[in-house]
Amino acid sequence: MSVIIILMIASISIAALFLIAFLWGVKSGQFEDDFSPSSRILFEDKPASTKTV
Amino acid sequence: MPLPGVTGYFSNFNIFSPVMTANVLTEQEIHCYHCGETCLNKKIHTEEKIFCCEGCKMVYSILNQSELCDYYNLNDNPGINQRIKVRGDKFAFLDDEKIKRELISFEDDQQIHVTFYLPQMHCSSCLYLLENLHRLNAGVISSKVNFTRKESEIVFIKEKTSLRKVAETLTSIGYEPYISLNDLKEKRPAIDRSMVYQLGVAGFAFGNIMLMSFPEYLGIDSTEVGLLNMFRWANFGLAIPVLLYSALPFYISSWKSLKHKFLNIDAPIALAVIITFIRSAFEVISGTGGGYFDSMTGIVFFMLAGRILQDKTYRQLSFERDYTSYFPIAISVIKDGQEIPTTLPDIKPGDTLLIHNEELIPADGILTRGKAFIDYSFVTGESLPVQKEMGEIVYAGGKQTEGNIEILVVKEVTQSYLTKLWNRDEFKQQEEINTTSFVHLLSRYFTYIVFAIAAGTVIYWQLHDPSRVWPAMTSIFIIACPCALFLSNTFTNGNILRILGRNRLYMRNAQTIEDMSRATHIVFDKTGTLTSTQEQDIVYDGIELNQEQLQLTAAISDQSNHPLSKALARHIGRKTAMDIQDFREVPGQGIEGRIGGEMIRLGSASFVTGQAIPQKGTSVFVRLGDTVYGHFSFSNHYREAIPALIHDLKKEYRLSVLSGDNTAEQETLQKLMGKNTTLLFHQKPEDKLQYIRFLQEQGEKVMMIGDGLNDAGALKQSDIGVAVAEQTNNFTPSSDAIIEAKQLSLLTRFIRLCRANRNIVVASFVMSIVYNVIGLYFAVQGTLSPVIAAILMPSSSLSILLLTYGSSSLIAKRLKL
Repeated sequence: MSVIIILMIASISIAALFLIAFLWGVKSGQFEDDFSPSSRILFEDKPASTKTV
Repeated sequence: MPLPGVTGYFSNFNIFSPVMTANVLTEQEIHCYHCGETCLNKKIHTEEKIFCCEGCKMVYSILNQSELCDYYNLNDNPGINQRIKVRGDKFAFLDDEKIKRELISFEDDQQIHVTFYLPQMHCSSCLYLLENLHRLNAGVISSKVNFTRKESEIVFIKEKTSLRKVAETLTSIGYEPYISLNDLKEKRPAIDRSMVYQLGVAGFAFGNIMLMSFPEYLGIDSTEVGLLNMFRWANFGLAIPVLLYSALPFYISSWKSLKHKFLNIDAPIALAVIITFIRSAFEVISGTGGGYFDSMTGIVFFMLAGRILQDKTYRQLSFERDYTSYFPIAISVIKDGQEIPTTLPDIKPGDTLLIHNEELIPADGILTRGKAFIDYSFVTGESLPVQKEMGEIVYAGGKQTEGNIEILVVKEVTQSYLTKLWNRDEFKQQEEINTTSFVHLLSRYFTYIVFAIAAGTVIYWQLHDPSRVWPAMTSIFIIACPCALFLSNTFTNGNILRILGRNRLYMRNAQTIEDMSRATHIVFDKTGTLTSTQEQDIVYDGIELNQEQLQLTAAISDQSNHPLSKALARHIGRKTAMDIQDFREVPGQGIEGRIGGEMIRLGSASFVTGQAIPQKGTSVFVRLGDTVYGHFSFSNHYREAIPALIHDLKKEYRLSVLSGDNTAEQETLQKLMGKNTTLLFHQKPEDKLQYIRFLQEQGEKVMMIGDGLNDAGALKQSDIGVAVAEQTNNFTPSSDAIIEAKQLSLLTRFIRLCRANRNIVVASFVMSIVYNVIGLYFAVQGTLSPVIAAILMPSSSLSILLLTYGSSSLIAKRLKL
């Protein structure tokens, strides 16, 4: 019986991780601009760091 | 009317589509390496690359120096034509502290963040170049493009560069930032993504609860009571965020509608969700059962998905534009002989404004210096520029087309003739509860019936077996929520919006579909809607010109950027490149030039012949050497698809045409539109609005199809306003829908699809009632087991989803959309 409890906790935590990943993806705007990222990866020279100094 | 009307301010704004020209490559023609336009000759070149103008060559050399020529390798001729030069001090206003503060999104001691709208962005080359902006301007730290919104977020160091310099760098490579008066107003609200989060949470809970309900449904060993309870409590826990967070949109919407004493479809749904939860929680706590958590979370999940699909709007388009999107943010005010950039709200009556060539006049005023040729086509629908002399009143919204002028402001910007139209109270309506859709009406009847059944059941069981009152009543509410109706409505709407969007008719929201299907009277604007502003019908009258003479005429007219010269050059079709000397353009009069010793003059009668000849309509006279040969007359060109469209629409709708133009084309138009069509000319924006209101008072549901600012009032007043755009990136006045001009011919089919929408929703509603009857059969007896609910709920939802999606796609296919 206890093994089922462990399995359940494991499965829910993995599902929760996916949920968090999804929420993060939405928040970072990944689903909004579907053109730039796919083109950006093809450019030879890397654009400047997008991090703020 | 498309942009040419207001290009002054939005100079080279999307009109020159380099993508199009690249397709018509032929061997003799030379194309500009930068923008792909046909080159007149090979004069402008670097070592091996040929350009159409100095502007394009300049951009190339800038990019070449910074080793950014990958720009040209990613796409063929990706550039933006640079023939129209941007005034050097155009962005001087960006040095103004007040304007600066309004535009930048973040500022600290070192850096500034700003987001520019760059409408010229169109391909991966643009993306490449814009994200490498730091190589052109050392002060720029980063530039991140959002392609869908055609925006770039730029971060730069204050000490090394300035806002103005960044804007000028962008302009120098052909991406002129578009800054309008609209940017002065409050910042655009951030995109609301909360419903997607809610969907994520509901999906998470739904999936896990389904999984953990299996032991219950499959019959867990009765000795494992502890395990069974654990699963039930886990479900309980997972359902709480769905109840408290994911279902929020339904609570909010039903609360809003109840406050307005209106029962919408969300109210019974919210009620069902809450009752299902209470009943399930009661079962779990009392240990009598597992509850219906899976059904509850499933319903919320599917309905949220439907609503998101339906509300997926076209973010790159704006349906809310008003005059502030057309007007510049600042204009030069002359004070003590100096040009001072001033924001529009700060302009006071008595100020003297300097309007540069191709700029928009922002306030009503009196012309005090220069000769005005004002293009009001976007405002009034008149197709040709109007000449104004000193001392005459010029109205805001027109575009000065030749040379600079000065005007003395007599009215503030918000008080001008044009902007007053927008400040009318009826256009300031806040977000309203949607009470018109037939879906709410259906759901209301549905709710009444459900309440009646519930009451009957309660009375019955109260008399026969009081212990079954509670389970029977709650089951009725659980099973009989109008979620099937909700699902069929949202999914059908979502799919139809998607199909229409694919055909480049963009709806503001789902309600527009219903409004469109209900229209009884269609009102057209003439200029720019029935007629195309990019083409004109040209007829020659006079001594016949031979091929060679025609070519000379074309060569000269191709030199000028005047709309008439452009149209003429296109009409004749220039084939050979010629050497032109002594080219001269006289504003408002005409052009002249010498080819092979022969003087060629094109233009108005007085310019070419030396005497004024009264003309009906617009003409361009031709003189080769000393002989006046004749004139080309210009008339509006009706879009090819219009006659067929009108022919179809005539059968089902009453039609009207409103034109700001004169009556010159009344006969042609009446023939085209049929006898029963009302034609009105000389219509001011205000008149158009009044006419729509007049029709509405007679009980008509009016669909207005127009473009341009002059139709803006009518578009707003009508039951459904459809704005026509040559390109969807162009500016359109606020409306319920935006249609690409080329797609106008499909209008009848679009309307048919919108009508089918209602039938599909009703059909799937009938189907859902069958499910409900099956469910109610168990529910009234109080024997609705969670297993039956668990099977019924997803299967009914999925079958409805398939039916609505399938049938709407099928109908679209039949209509060849």
